[in-house]
Amino acid sequence: MSPALSVIFFTTVSGAGYGLLMLTGLLAPFRLAPASPWFGLAAVLFALALASAGLVSSTLHLSHPERAWRAVSQWRSSWLSREGLAALLTYPPAFAFLAAWFRAGRPDAAMAACGVLAAAAALGTVFCTAMIYASLRPVRQWSNAAVVPNFLLLAGFSGALWLCFLARVFHAGWVVPSALAMLFGSAGLAGKLAYWRLIDQRPGESTIETATGLGRLGRVRALDPPHTEENYLLREMGFRIARKHASRLRALALLVGFALPVVLIAAGFALPAVPALVLAIVAAVAALVGIFVERWLFFAEATHTVVLYYGRAA
Amino acid sequence: MTSLAAREPGAKKLGLVIDLDTCVGCHACAVACKEWNTGGHPGPLADYDPYGRHPDGVWLNRVHTYEAGQGAAGRTVHFPRSCLHCDEPACVSVCPTGASYKRAEDGIVLVNADLCIGCKLCSWACPYGAREFDEDDGVMKKCTLCIDRIYNETLPEAERVPACVAVCPAHARHFGDLGDPTSEISRLVQSRGGFDLMPEMGYRPVNKYLPPRQSTCSAPALAEPEVPAGSAAERLLGWLDRALSR
Repeated sequence: MSPALSVIFFTTVSGAGYGLLMLTGLLAPFRLAPASPWFGLAAVLFALALASAGLVSSTLHLSHPERAWRAVSQWRSSWLSREGLAALLTYPPAFAFLAAWFRAGRPDAAMAACGVLAAAAALGTVFCTAMIYASLRPVRQWSNAAVVPNFLLLAGFSGALWLCFLARVFHAGWVVPSALAMLFGSAGLAGKLAYWRLIDQRPGESTIETATGLGRLGRVRALDPPHTEENYLLREMGFRIARKHASRLRALALLVGFALPVVLIAAGFALPAVPALVLAIVAAVAALVGIFVERWLFFAEATHTVVLYYGRAA
Repeated sequence: MTSLAAREPGAKKLGLVIDLDTCVGCHACAVACKEWNTGGHPGPLADYDPYGRHPDGVWLNRVHTYEAGQGAAGRTVHFPRSCLHCDEPACVSVCPTGASYKRAEDGIVLVNADLCIGCKLCSWACPYGAREFDEDDGVMKKCTLCIDRIYNETLPEAERVPACVAVCPAHARHFGDLGDPTSEISRLVQSRGGFDLMPEMGYRPVNKYLPPRQSTCSAPALAEPEVPAGSAAERLLGWLDRALSR
């Protein structure tokens, strides 16, 4: 599948934003993150800024962005529609969470209720994003059980890293965010390895024989394509990446996106506040870069059954 | 609404049956489709660089050619590919705006170009590559089963069939109601063992393909041409071989 930068940027950046909002909403009420409402302001606004930047980018990917408002109408059947709706429904509880936090000046029950609601909406948005891909049967690298956990873990991981950085800035409550970042990072790394093993081993259900129905005559070989030039189908769904490049990018994503941030956050436990703060921002940025590469691969390595008609493997 | 309406058994399901036995691979159906539809319901169908080095554009019907089977049993099969107007069209249910829809009255899958935002998700959801994005209009295009022909009362009744069906010189394309088990086209599917493409995807295509028939004549295998040893022809060929091998 063609790796469209706007969609990769959207899922990476908004994933981090929703992860940050989710963890702030769940940890702050229980004083597992800094308790100051000013920390809340920084965390929630930064989370919403990341999420909104991603949403704007994904809207620009549309050919008719002026009609984007229509996309929330079909939530009964469409995961894309549900994603848009969940994204919009995240704003009110997020702002209510912030307002309740400032009114009490510290975590209280009202703030906790709004925080949990905002976290649920953020989690729901990332879940819907993942389901858009996981529900597409023609793409075997997407329609499998590893995709949704991967999206959720990576959102939690990048969100935890930004939460850790902000907690370091406020010089309080960084222990639980750091531990969570390391936990999500390790789980994300394991999940990504499992995902790659799955897509490398499991062959596609469909073949050129089932695509043409000509398997009854024996092996099928494509002789002549219908057109001499690349067309929309091959540009959009026939993207190919060399195995050599893919394995290098996988290693890069694992090292920069997962191993390095986990090590940096672990080192932060043993360091004074300022170096630990520097390591925390390096870790958060490295994870974004690594997840961007991982997400690019998620598209580039995905194959669509339409290429079977052109005699290629899917 | 992109949620699919519950359909009664026996409800009208208009569709095509394509005979892979008689298709000669002339591409007339693809050209007639492009010609009609560029001025029809989904039109215009974009052409990019039409007279240049890399001509490309939106086509709603594409003809592939395959070799099926190997050796003496192998045969060439021409294979037109277009929208199958599936009973479980995920291209419709993934649409976030309601632009894609399946008509309750006849099962035709259509795009409302005024609602399409150009997110392309429907084309990802189609296993068959039936939808092509129009870069000029910024909306998705697909086969309409020529709704502007089949219901067109200004056309003579005999011409109220899809353009691809009307033009086919080998009569390899058939149009009719596949929801009615007694229709002529359903009986054709029954008698010839018509099949679904990629049934494992679970989209339950309405269009059916008829398999190539078993070959009934077997031509004798060609023997190597014999050149008598020591003849002038053999010596001439030997000299040619040596001269060219130098």
